[in-house]
Amino acid sequence: MIDVLYFAWVRERIGLPKERVETSASTVADLVAELSAREERYAAAFADISALRVALDQELSSFDAPLAGVREVAFFPPMTGG
Amino acid sequence: MSVRVQPEPFDAGAELTAFSAIASGAGAIVSFTGVVRDTEARLSAMEIEHYPGMTESAIAKIVAEARDRWSLTEAMVIHRHGRLAVAEPIMMVATASPHRADAFAAAEFLMDYLKSRAPFWKKEIAADGASWVAAKDEDEDALARWQP
Repeated sequence: MIDVLYFAWVRERIGLPKERVETSASTVADLVAELSAREERYAAAFADISALRVALDQELSSFDAPLAGVREVAFFPPMTGG
Repeated sequence: MSVRVQPEPFDAGAELTAFSAIASGAGAIVSFTGVVRDTEARLSAMEIEHYPGMTESAIAKIVAEARDRWSLTEAMVIHRHGRLAVAEPIMMVATASPHRADAFAAAEFLMDYLKSRAPFWKKEIAADGASWVAAKDEDEDALARWQP
């Protein structure tokens, strides 16, 4: 099981901030493919992953990163702090 | 070194006074305050979402890197989240150093990294609807100049 978090418009498009996901995905990209296959709202949120960023256990990472040992994955748009 | 992520408003003048007291003897203190901008007078508010946990660790990492690169005796970052009114302070950075150039450079570095490497997302609330602020290419470009 892995905790998957969504922020900003990704959260709004998917309709929830966080969920636990049972997955055997080996990379972030595999997880994205699994989620996108679930329902249209996921497919819409993940339609263009170049517009998204991902963090693994609260560290910025990349979509080809492995998920082995990861407890928390977060998807969000590019950050706009400051 | 102090990092605060908070929904409450803060008084930038009072914060700078307190920071200056802690950093007494440094020689140079630089501060920057970002406020909710509304140059076209169309916003009713700004909402800032963040990633609790990652926000604090990402900012701490940025501050640690600034300390590695410049001679800093103190540094402070305050960043708000939640609903903010127009013209309210969003965030503040302050740096103290024996050298003016270091204090300026470190403050600018902190600003550039907070903009696109700390997990905050701004949403503009206007009378005709709400929209997420898009990241700008120039924000990413601003980071390039800090690469060795």
